[in-house]
Amino acid sequence: MAKVIITLGNDISTDDIYPGRFMATVLPTETPQFAFFDRTEFNAKLKAKAFPPGSIIVGGENFGCGSSREQACSTLKGHEVAVVAKSISRIFLQNSINLGLQVVICPGLEASEGDELEITTDRVLNKTTGKAFEQVQLPAARKGIMDAGGLIPYTRARLLATNA
Amino acid sequence: MTVVEKILARAAGQASVKVGDVVEPQVDLAMSHENAALVINQFLEVFQGTGRPAKVWDPARIAIIFDHRVPAESPKTATNQKKIRGFVAEHGITKFHDIRGDVGGICHQILPEYGYVRPGFVVLGTDSHTTSHGALGAFSFGVGATEMASAWSLGIAVNIEVPATIKVVVKGEFPAMVGPKDLILHLIGKLTAQGANYKVLEFHGETIRKMSTSGRIAICNMSVEAGATSGIVPGDEETVRYLREEAGVVDAITCVTPDPDAQYIQTVEIDVSALAPQIACPHMVDHVKPIDQVLGTKIQQIVIGSCTNGRLDDLADAAAILRGKKVAEGTRMLVFPASSKIFAQALDKGYIHDFMRAGAVVMNSGCGPCLGVHEGALGDHEVALSTTNRNFKGRMGNPTGEVYLCSPVVAAASAITGVITDPRKGA
Repeated sequence: MAKVIITLGNDISTDDIYPGRFMATVLPTETPQFAFFDRTEFNAKLKAKAFPPGSIIVGGENFGCGSSREQACSTLKGHEVAVVAKSISRIFLQNSINLGLQVVICPGLEASEGDELEITTDRVLNKTTGKAFEQVQLPAARKGIMDAGGLIPYTRARLLATNA
Repeated sequence: MTVVEKILARAAGQASVKVGDVVEPQVDLAMSHENAALVINQFLEVFQGTGRPAKVWDPARIAIIFDHRVPAESPKTATNQKKIRGFVAEHGITKFHDIRGDVGGICHQILPEYGYVRPGFVVLGTDSHTTSHGALGAFSFGVGATEMASAWSLGIAVNIEVPATIKVVVKGEFPAMVGPKDLILHLIGKLTAQGANYKVLEFHGETIRKMSTSGRIAICNMSVEAGATSGIVPGDEETVRYLREEAGVVDAITCVTPDPDAQYIQTVEIDVSALAPQIACPHMVDHVKPIDQVLGTKIQQIVIGSCTNGRLDDLADAAAILRGKKVAEGTRMLVFPASSKIFAQALDKGYIHDFMRAGAVVMNSGCGPCLGVHEGALGDHEVALSTTNRNFKGRMGNPTGEVYLCSPVVAAASAITGVITDPRKGA
């Protein structure tokens, strides 16, 4: 069970999550400081680290739209949060799976800040309101990557399976 | 099969594919810009502990173009660029465009301009606007840095799900002062910002057939703003003309066209003959209105350029409006040609002089203000009108700023008055 620490509306772009002016920062150890940088209250909340790992950011439709910048994923992964959104933009979803950021697609989700959510394999239960919501499964095509723990170990294994 | 299905079948070595199949196409071209700094990190990590030397699969199929922060705006960027130059030299990457006034430019302009992209290619790019290259009949899509590192290692795009395709049929002749940018803004408004998520937009119709490659690049470029994996115009006579005459391609060009019985998930029809200039209002690209609804909005910064509308025809149209006029007091105008080559052509044709005499500042080719990194940040609560492709909150570097998107002729007409102005009514 995990607590919702931030709720957001629809069309949260990667510019919102990680402003373009910080894109010269690439190291995953350095990107977390810029998460939601222009949303100062969210940025401060994340930096304060006053929440346990696995705490949840709730998004609306089209979460992560816009740029392919991978920092938008590494910045959230660095804070050890999970994202539950009604729908997720293609490149952001792919990047999340590749980097191992936990993302859950839950079209009917109703959740407010402070609610306790329980995420199972096929649904999200809002323990605070008692309502349950169906998940949309992540692309099966990417299961191998998830099972490998991300695209780097997956690619490494594929590489080793080929003739040198 | 649709065009993208045919391309993926060929690239995956299969007779046919259908929507939802998982394929692993060979990559024909893998493009990145300064974010290659991150790709390199991830690439080296792939090889860590394998006992194998870190070697890219094919240095001739990798393109790296510096465009997002040129010349470097900070020591950090300059150091990233230095690191990439070292990698390029070490691995023998030939399609490298450094910060130069002769062969530099924005990645989505350089790839077509140098004939790096051909119809039927599978093109991966670490930039969401990689959809641009669909203008030449390629299946081109944006990926993150780690996905690019995987492609550099293996030469394939792993676990690609064959996307469904939306057929967009465009008919009618554009009225004066209305063009491809208005068409794509109108389409995004109609589909919404996630209307084409995970899907491909395949463009057809007499209007597209007659459209120049420049216009096709503009519409494919912005397909991603409707969430599309890619936008694509099936290769045709114009594609071949562009590659032969403008990109200097001499070898065989094979266009890929859809089968007559290709399956589309949806068909959208648009008649442009009564289309008005379109404006995407803050802070979403699908917040599109006909110009009448925003006329008179005060503007502090006008931007003409970028991978969307920084080509020669865009500059020609804007220069024609500005010639002999002045940019309004209290408004600043920035012009960013999409490549060094376009800059030189615009100089030869006198457009650059037209801009400068009007009071515009002409900058080197690059992504400049479009992504809000450097060159053209907005002041608090300032408003910009721009021919670029995104208007998300904070896009021009200031979260209190507002960005409206439009065509080059709307931008030029508005520069003269300092407010959003309809170019059809004269400035």
